[in-house]
Order: sequence, then C-alpha cells, then structure tokens
Amino acid sequence: MSSLTEKDKPIVQLLLSTGTCPRCILRFCCVGTQTLYRHPYKDLMKDLKEFLKNNEEKEDTVCFGVVDPPCKRTRLEHTEERPDDLNHNGALQQIPSINDENTAMETSAVKVCNVCLGILQEFCEADFVKKVCQKVNSADYQFTSFVFSVSLPPQLSVREHAAWLLVKQEMRKLDLSLAKDDIVQLKEAYKWIIHPQLSEELSVPKKGAALFEVSVVFAHPETEEECHFLATACPDCFKPAKNKQSVFTRMAVIKALEKIKEEDFLKHFPCPPSSPKNLCVTLEIQCNNGAVFVAGRYNKYSRNLPQTPWIIDGERKLESSVEELISEHLMAEFKADSFNFSSSGREDVDVRTLGNGRPFAIELVNPRRIHFTAEEMKGLQQTINNSSDKIQVRDLQLVTREAIGRMKEGEEEKTKTYSALIWTDKAIQKEDIAFLDDIKELKLDQKTPLRVLHRRPLAIRCRIIHTMKSEYIDEHHFRLQLKTQAGTYIKEFVHGDFGRTKPNIGSLLNRTADILELDVESVDVDWPPSL
Amino acid sequence: FSLLQHNNHVSCCRICVITLAEAHPLLQNGKTITSINYQISANCSRLQNKVSGKSKRGAQFLTELAPLCRISSSDGEEYTIYSCIRGRLIEVNENILSNPAILQEKPSTEGYIAVVLPKFEESKSVTQGLLTQKEYEEVLSKR
Repeated sequence: MSSLTEKDKPIVQLLLSTGTCPRCILRFCCVGTQTLYRHPYKDLMKDLKEFLKNNEEKEDTVCFGVVDPPCKRTRLEHTEERPDDLNHNGALQQIPSINDENTAMETSAVKVCNVCLGILQEFCEADFVKKVCQKVNSADYQFTSFVFSVSLPPQLSVREHAAWLLVKQEMRKLDLSLAKDDIVQLKEAYKWIIHPQLSEELSVPKKGAALFEVSVVFAHPETEEECHFLATACPDCFKPAKNKQSVFTRMAVIKALEKIKEEDFLKHFPCPPSSPKNLCVTLEIQCNNGAVFVAGRYNKYSRNLPQTPWIIDGERKLESSVEELISEHLMAEFKADSFNFSSSGREDVDVRTLGNGRPFAIELVNPRRIHFTAEEMKGLQQTINNSSDKIQVRDLQLVTREAIGRMKEGEEEKTKTYSALIWTDKAIQKEDIAFLDDIKELKLDQKTPLRVLHRRPLAIRCRIIHTMKSEYIDEHHFRLQLKTQAGTYIKEFVHGDFGRTKPNIGSLLNRTADILELDVESVDVDWPPSL
Repeated sequence: FSLLQHNNHVSCCRICVITLAEAHPLLQNGKTITSINYQISANCSRLQNKVSGKSKRGAQFLTELAPLCRISSSDGEEYTIYSCIRGRLIEVNENILSNPAILQEKPSTEGYIAVVLPKFEESKSVTQGLLTQKEYEEVLSKR
C-alpha cells in the first residue's frame, strides 16, 4: 500500500496551491490505493491540508487518509509556517503561500481542477452517478454486468503533460525523478471511483462477461483550442480531418506530446496549467448492448421469394424476402437496432427449400432484451411460423458468435441434395435416362454462370455430382434427384449454360435439356443442434 | 457484302452473348467453315483476353466496330464478326475452334461467339440499340 510520505510534501503543496484537486495530487504522487480515491472530496482535501501542516521527524511512512485511530494519534501536531522559498524559473508562475491558499479554499466554492477539469471532482459525486443511472434505466436494457467507458477531451492530456513537467522540475531539486508512466492514469482513477458506485446504483454484480457498455463522452469547450499549438510544433502527427471531425484526436495529441521537446512545450503552454472557469460537460451518455445470435433452420415453400430484399433503383421488385420474414419478429421481441442475416448457402428466388431446411443465423445488434427461456424461443418460433406460409423455421435457439463459423464451414464443405424437373427437346424413353443412376462421382467443369457473371469473377469451378436417381415422367419430362458437392450450380448442369458447364444433362443425353423446377431436398449440415 | 446483324441475349444482369444472326451467310445452306481465327491483328488476339476480379479488370475493351473473329468458308469467302456493342470482352468461345460445326448447328447456344459486359451506365442504351425478334424479321422481309 503506497501512500504519502515526507518527500511528497513539496509536490502536494505545489499542486494544491496551483489549483489541482486532491485526487489528481494523489495521482501525481503515484498513490495506487483505489480505496483512497473513493473517499469523499471534502475528507481528502482536509486530510491533505493536515498532512501538509504536520512535520514528521521520521522519514518513514506517514499514514494518510486511513481511518485508523492509532495512526492518527501517533501523528505529531505541528502547526508550522512553511514560507514560500521555492524559486522557479521564468516559465513558472509565482506560487502563493500555503496560508493564503488555505483561506481561499475554505471560503470559496470548490475550484475546478486545472488538470482534470472537474472529472475527478464533480463527476465522481452521487448526483452524476444518479444522472448516468437514470439514462441507463430509461433506456430499458436487459444486462447481467456492464463495462463503463469514458471519452475525455484531448486537452486533458496537454494539461497532464504540463503538470508533469511542473512536478518533475520540483522533484529534481530533491534529486528524484518522475516518469510519466508512474503517474496514475486519470481514466483509471476515474473508473476506480465511478464503477463501484454505478454497480451499486444499478444493482448489478461487477463480474461476469460484460457485453453491456455504458459510455460517457466529456468535452470542455472553454479549452478546446489548447491543443492547437501542437499542430505547428509537430505537424506530422496530425492527419487531415475527414467529415468535419476535429484533427485533434486523442491519439494524435498524445503522439505529439511524446515528440515535443520540453522547452518547446513550455514556450507555448502555461506551466502550471491555468485554472478554468467551468467544469467539463457531458456530451453524451450512451448505452450499447453486445449482439446476440439466434440460429435455426428454414424451409422455403414459395417460388417467388428472394433471400434478401430485391430492390432496384429504389423500387422493390418482389414482395418481402426470407430474411425479412424471419427477422421481423425477432427484431420486435429482442428490441434490437438492426440485424445481420446469414445462412449456410442460399437458393434462387424460384427454388424451394424442403426437408430439414437450411441453417441460418441472425445477429441482433444492440438488443434491449437478451434473456429468453427455451419456452419463449419455442413461442417465438411458433409466432414466425404462424405469420407466413412462404417460410417455416425450426430449431430456433440462441447461440454464440463462434457458432457462425460452423455454419459457414458447412456452406463450403457439406453436400446438398436436390430434385429437378427436367424437359428435353427430343423424345426420351425410360431406357434413355436409366444410365444416369449408375454414374457416380461425376466431375463437372463449370465456368461462372452467365446469370451471375456480372457480379462474380470469371473462373472455372470443378464440382462433383456424387449420385443421381432418375424418375421417368413422359417423353419430354423426367425428375432427377442429385446429391452434389457444395457450390455446384444445378441449373447450369441441366441446361449447360451455352456449353460452359461440361458435362451437362444435355450433353449426357445428346439432347437439348432445360430445367423447369428445382427444389433443395436437404442441406447436409448438422448444425444448429436439433431441438 | 451483306450486313451482319447479331442477336444479343441480354439478361437482366447486363451480360451480353454475341451470336450469329439467323440471316447470316454462314448459317445458310451449303456453307462449310474452314477456319476460325481470333487473331484479329498483329498485336491483338481475342484468345489472349484475360479478366480478373469482379470488375473484370484487364479485359479488352470493345467498340461497336471492334472485330471479334474472322471466319473463312470453303468457297473462299472471309467474314469478320464485329462486336456491335460497346463493353468489356469477358470471353470468346474456344469450343468453336475445336468444333466449328456447333457454330452452324447451334448458333444461338453452344455456338456463341463471345460474352461482353457493357458498362453499367451504358447497359440501357445498349439494350435500346438492339432489335426485337419481330423488328428483325421485318428488316429481313424488306430486303
């Protein structure tokens, strides 16, 4: 447990008198005890001043801010004047005596900290915590645990840098050094203070895989231009801004601060930093839930339904789509902002999907509701199935993100079976098509079909037809069941696509063939688990 | 020298397949094809057309009067088949090199000449520049 010792006194006095708040002072003294930061502001201020008044003869650890009676009793009570005998060079301001500072502190309202601009002051108070929780509660999210993230204005890094230079200078007198990395990070200290308060106010445990994020964005308009001098000092750190966004991003400012020489910095920026008039303001308090994934299998019974909405030039060409019919109800129940639909392959508008159906997964983005029992999922499935006869779903369940990978691997590796209704120009007899049943592992060379050539690269795909089974209908029609490798274009295998799929049914039968109907009979993927 | 007209198969996705028109001399009785040559000039062979990626980079760009191939018949005639539309050459049919018969037997399907993809902005004007089957027959009847 690290706390303040004798050698910290000059730093504490310096920072306190230049308008730095107690918690920032603790940070610059490298105090890493989280609990200390959570003490009420007034107590910390009082304890710091007492610490300065006391004059310890021993060099060892002084107990600071610990509510431990024995420790306090052993402290010697000394009220000693500490004259301002610190000499500073021209770049630093004159430090007023501690006594003046004390009186000023007691009579006026809390001054806004010149380093954190109020973040470790006002924005640690219960009022602010309540405000954040109000926002969270009104947004009405379901969550088990949360992550708190905060975005600070870039000028805080500049002020931090200035304060560090100030402290470094002071410590050199004592032959001590202070690395910037040793200072407790503002963001970290802030989260130490805020997170437990939020956790309690929201009645939520701290631990657990937190997918729910509460984020607060702070700004300080009064000092917005404080970083601008860095653009002239380190121009290569600042890239041209896109979309009217400020070129002074946090990352760019930090990079520039690493580069700039101490002398150059002090020329352009006051050290210690000036006391601002106003606190930071909260630009926004946002809530975002991690995505949830719902998987299942769908059957498609319509020959007039696209997978995704078919819109050309802003005009919808066909009513609805597979993804909309399934997602509509899920979006409503999960109260999500948007969805991403993916499936293990897909079929054309005019092709039905029979059998066990095709595996699909839907990512629901920023859902308000995330807890659903197996019963509720069954109910959801029923609702979807009752709403349309064009599609039906089964095995509807919540899955993890990793599951999507399994589904996609099915798309490329697993076999599919189909049923095709085929027409021939010249007459056929039963004997003419019987030989098809005996063909096993037929190798095809398929050039990219003309019907998709505008949006796919030109290539030749080798695919295998594992088995076939023919069913004679009449002199110009027969049905063909096929089991094929994933990625085989069935329609092109039947009509030949101008001879660009070889062999094809036409070439095998020595006739011109065309496909009248196609159904997917099975997608041989064993995911998601059947319920 | 008779005017060559080409059939075009235009799917809603803008891909065009260039084939010989019905009335083309090569499709009339008695003509035997002796050779098909995709080398249309010293520097340019349609066989060397290579496209890559979705946007078909590297494709030879064709204008209406760009020759696709030259076909010779046994009676000494040589016919140049022109693109007739503007666009990127996607592929030429190499099957007719090994089997010239399909050019005459199945001119509208396996005997196609080339596949061309017009620019997206030009696809509508390309379609409008074509004749429908009916209009084509009218033109023929007037000859």
